[in-house]
Amino acid sequence: MAKKLIHVTVNGQSHEVAVEPRLLLIHFLREQLNLTGAHIGCETSHCGACTVDLDGQSVKSCTHLAVQCDGSSITTVEGLAQNGVLHAVQEGFYQEHGLQCGFCTPGMLVRAQRLLQENPNPTEDEIRQGMSGNLCRCTGYQNIVKAVQYAAKKLSQAAAAAA
Amino acid sequence: MDTHDSSLAERKAGLAGMGDSRLRKEDARFIQGKGNYVDDIKMPGMVHMDIVRSPVAHARIKKIHKEAALKIPGVLAVLTADDLKPFKLHWMPTLAGDVAAVLADEKVHFQMQEVAVVIATDRYAAADGVEAVQVDYEELPVVIDPFDALKPNAPVLREDLAGKTSGAHGAREHHNHIFTWNAGDKEAADAAFAKAEIKVRENILYPRVHPCPLETCGCVASFDKIKGELTTYMTSQAPHVVRTVVSLLSGIAESKIRIVSPDIGGGFGNKVGVYPGYVCAIAASIVLGIPVKWVEDRIENISSTAFARDYHMDGELAATKDGKITGLRVNVVADHGAFDACADPTKYPAGMFHICSGSYDIPAAFCSVKGVYTNKAPGGVAYRCSFRVTEAVYIIERLVDILAQKLGMDKAEIRAKNFIKKEQFPYHSPFGFEYDSGDYHTALNKVMAAMDYKALRAEQAAKRADPNSPSLMGIGLVSFTEVVGAGPSKMCDILGVGMFDSCEIRIHPTGSAIARMGTITQGQGHQTTYAQIIATELGIPSEVIQVEEGDTSTAPYGLGTYGSRSTPVAGAAIALAARKIHAKAKKIAAHMLEVNEGDLDWEVDRFKVKGQDSKFKTMKDIAWQAYHQPPAGIEPGLEAVHYYDPPNFTYPFGIYMCVVDIDRGTGETKIRRFYALDDCGTRINPMIIEGQIHGGLTEGYAVAMGQQMPFDAQGNLLGNTLMDYFLPTAVETPHWETDHTVTPSPHHPIGAKGVAESPHVGSIPTFTSAVVDAFAHKGVTHFNMPHSSYRVWKELKKHGLAL
Ligand code: FES
Ligand code: FES
Repeated sequence: MAKKLIHVTVNGQSHEVAVEPRLLLIHFLREQLNLTGAHIGCETSHCGACTVDLDGQSVKSCTHLAVQCDGSSITTVEGLAQNGVLHAVQEGFYQEHGLQCGFCTPGMLVRAQRLLQENPNPTEDEIRQGMSGNLCRCTGYQNIVKAVQYAAKKLSQAAAAAA
Repeated sequence: MDTHDSSLAERKAGLAGMGDSRLRKEDARFIQGKGNYVDDIKMPGMVHMDIVRSPVAHARIKKIHKEAALKIPGVLAVLTADDLKPFKLHWMPTLAGDVAAVLADEKVHFQMQEVAVVIATDRYAAADGVEAVQVDYEELPVVIDPFDALKPNAPVLREDLAGKTSGAHGAREHHNHIFTWNAGDKEAADAAFAKAEIKVRENILYPRVHPCPLETCGCVASFDKIKGELTTYMTSQAPHVVRTVVSLLSGIAESKIRIVSPDIGGGFGNKVGVYPGYVCAIAASIVLGIPVKWVEDRIENISSTAFARDYHMDGELAATKDGKITGLRVNVVADHGAFDACADPTKYPAGMFHICSGSYDIPAAFCSVKGVYTNKAPGGVAYRCSFRVTEAVYIIERLVDILAQKLGMDKAEIRAKNFIKKEQFPYHSPFGFEYDSGDYHTALNKVMAAMDYKALRAEQAAKRADPNSPSLMGIGLVSFTEVVGAGPSKMCDILGVGMFDSCEIRIHPTGSAIARMGTITQGQGHQTTYAQIIATELGIPSEVIQVEEGDTSTAPYGLGTYGSRSTPVAGAAIALAARKIHAKAKKIAAHMLEVNEGDLDWEVDRFKVKGQDSKFKTMKDIAWQAYHQPPAGIEPGLEAVHYYDPPNFTYPFGIYMCVVDIDRGTGETKIRRFYALDDCGTRINPMIIEGQIHGGLTEGYAVAMGQQMPFDAQGNLLGNTLMDYFLPTAVETPHWETDHTVTPSPHHPIGAKGVAESPHVGSIPTFTSAVVDAFAHKGVTHFNMPHSSYRVWKELKKHGLAL
C-alpha cells in the first residue's frame, strides 16, 4: 500500500514519518515511535487503555488513523512528567493506590490530566462521568476517584500559589 | 514513651514491615508508561502471528485453501493441524486430563475455534492473511444445552474419544459425558432429608462468564536454533508449570526453556491455561528459528480463552421447623465446553465446590457434579476465586435465603443460628475440610450494627406498605467461607506437580536483599507486600528488598498465582526462608558479641545481649560479617531457600450486606450501600488489601448485574465485544464500604489467609440476595443472574410491580 508522509509532534518532539494509510494511531505510537505506554485493550473504542491527548482532546488512539493526525500535536503518558517531576495526576495515582496491574493506568492518567483542564474542580460525580471512557478491571475506581481529587487539589494549590 | 520505646517505634516504622500501608514499589514504572507487558516486547527479526478461526460451532473441515493468503506480501507461512502433526503438536493435554485441539483436526467444536495460523512480517499483513484463508466446512448439528448433550440421541461431539468408556475422572456414561464427581455422604444426606421437617429446593443457574482482564493473552516465542534454547514471554499466571508443559510437548529439556511472565495486565484466572495461540507461536518459532509474536484481540479473548462458571445447580436444604439446617444436597450439571480444560487440582474435577456447606454447621451433606461436553469454548477457570468456590458460596447462600423465607425467619437470624461457632474450630466439615479458624458471629454483629439493620428493615416495611413508592427496596446479606491457598501436596497437584510454592532470599553484604518467588503478580502488588514480610522477619527496610518473580531461569519453581494462593503459600515460604536466615544470623551475632545464642534477644532489626541495650548487632552488621569474616564453622553468605507445602488450606471469611433500590419504572437497580467485612487473618498491607477488595467487589458487581455469555441455537456467541459484555465503568460502579476483623490462621507462619478473591466470591450472592429480597413480599424466592435492568423489569412486570 502506498505510504503517506505525515508530520506530527509527540510529547514535544516532531516526527516526519511515512505511514500506511490504514495504520492506526496506537500502532504508530507503539510500534513506530516505541512509545508503549498507551495500551490496547479492545480496539473497539470501549476500554480507553489507548487514550492519548490529541490537540487538547482525549482520544482513543485505536480508532484514529495515523494519517488523520497529520499536523497534530499528541501527548502520551510518557510526556506527562516534566523535567523528571511527575505530573500531579501521576503523583495522585501513586499516593492514592489508583492502580494495580497498571494496564489501564496510562490511559487513565492522560484522560485525568485533560479532565482537570476541562474542569479543574470536579465533584466525585463529575470525575466518575469524566473518566467513564476508561475501563479498569482491577481497582473498582474508588481510588482512581481519590487520585483525581488529589491531583485537582494539588493543581489548584499550585495555581493559587502562582497567582 | 521513654527514649528506648520511641526509638524502637521509629526503627519499626523505618522498616515499613507487616501492617504498614506502604505505597507500591511497582507503581513508578506503570505511572510513567514504562511497564513491560508482552505486547511491549520487540525482538530483532520478530514476526507476527494471527489466527484463522471457525465461524461455525460444529463442522467437519473439508478443505483449507492457503494459496491466496500465501500470495499476500509479507505473509510467510500458513499452518494448519496437518502441519503440526509431524511434531505431534496438533493436540495438547489439558490440565484436566483431557486433550484439546491446538488447531482444529478435521473437525471444529466451537465457534471461534483455532483452525489455522498465519505468520507474517507485521500484524497488518498477518490479519490480511487470515482474511484470505478460505476454509470449506460441512456443518454438523450443534449442541449448546448441556442437558440436551446428555440425551441418548445427542450428536457425538468428541469423535476422538469414541469407545472411551472412562476418562481422567472415572467412568463416562455417555458420549458427551466427561465425569461425575461426588463428595460427602450420600446416605447420611438422604437420611437427613427423609426425616426433615422442612425442605427447600431450587434450580439455580450460574451463567457462563469471562474473566476479561484488560490485557488480552499473548506471547513472544523465540527459539534459538544454534543453542537449541527457547525463550517465551507470555501472559501466564503459572510460568513454571508452562515450562514443564512445553518441555513435555516439545521434547526440549526444561533447562533449555525459559518462560518469562513480564508485567501482566490482570489475570483473574484467564491466564492460567495454555492456549493454542501460545503453542502455535512456539511451534512456528521452532520451525522458523525467529521470534514470533502473538497477541489476541478482545473478541478472540472473550470467545476462545477460558470462560468461568456455567454451573446448572439443583440445590436442596433440609431443616427443622425452627430453622436448624440438618442436610444439604447439591447436583450440578457443569458445561465444560468442547474440551475439558478446567484449571483445577488434578484430583478435583469440580475444584473446591465441596466447600458448599459454607459457614454453617450442617451435619449431613452430599454433592455431585457432572461434567458435560457442548459446542462451546473450553475453560472453566476460577474467575477471581479459588476453584469453583464462587459457585459453592452462591448455591449455599441462595438456599439459606430461600429457607429463611419459607420459614418466615430473618436472614440474619437463620445465619446466626446455623453458623459454626468460634469454639468449634478447627471445624471438620461434612465434606472433609478442616476449617482453620473463624469467628462468624462477631463479624455478623459488627455488620448489622454498622448498617443499622433494624432501621433498614423498618424502612423497607414502610416502602412496601406504600403502593405509590417509586422504588422497591431490597436488603442482601451473605456470609461466606472460602477455601484458598491450594494446597497441601497430598491433596493438590497440577499435572503431578505438588501445589507447594517457593522463595529464595539472598541478603547482600551491605544489608540489602533480593527475594525470588515461584508466584507472579498480576496487579496484586507482590513486589511491595512480600518485601514487607521479609522486613518484619529480618529487620531490613522493605525499601532495600527487591522482589523478583516470573522468570523461570531465575525464580525457584512455584505453581503460580491464582486461587488466592500467593500469600497463603508463597507468603509462608517467605517467612520460613527468612527464619532460616534469622537462625544463621543469630549464630553470627553471638560470635560477634562473644556470648551464647541463648543470651541474645531479637528486637526489630537487631540481636542484642539480654538486658544490655547498647550491646547489639543489626542485621546489616551481621550481613557484612557473613561475607567479610564468617565465624569458624559457618558457611559464608547469608541466604536461604524454602519450598512450602502447606499443611492445610486457609479459610478466609466475611459478611457482606447490601441495600438496593429498584426503579419500578425502568427496572434499574441502584446500589445504595454495600458494606463488606472481610477477615483474611493477619493483614500485611491494609492499603493493598482495601484495593484488592474494591476490585473484587467491582468484578462481583459485574457478574451479578450484567455479565453473561449467551449463545444462540447455532452456537453463535451473542456478545463477544466490550459493547455487549458488561465491564462496569466508574459511573455504574457503586461506592464500597469496607471493614475487617482479624482471625489469624493458626497453621500459617504469619497467620495470613489470602484476600483478593473473597470480595468476588462474597459479593455476587449478596447482590442476588438484595435484588430478590426486593420482591420477597410477593413470595419470590429466587431468580437467576444477571440482574440487568431489562431482566429485573420483566420480573417487576410479572409480579404487577412495574410502574
Ligand atoms: S484499545 Fe482503544 S479503546 Fe480499547
Ligand atoms: S489497574 Fe488493572 S486494569 Fe486498571
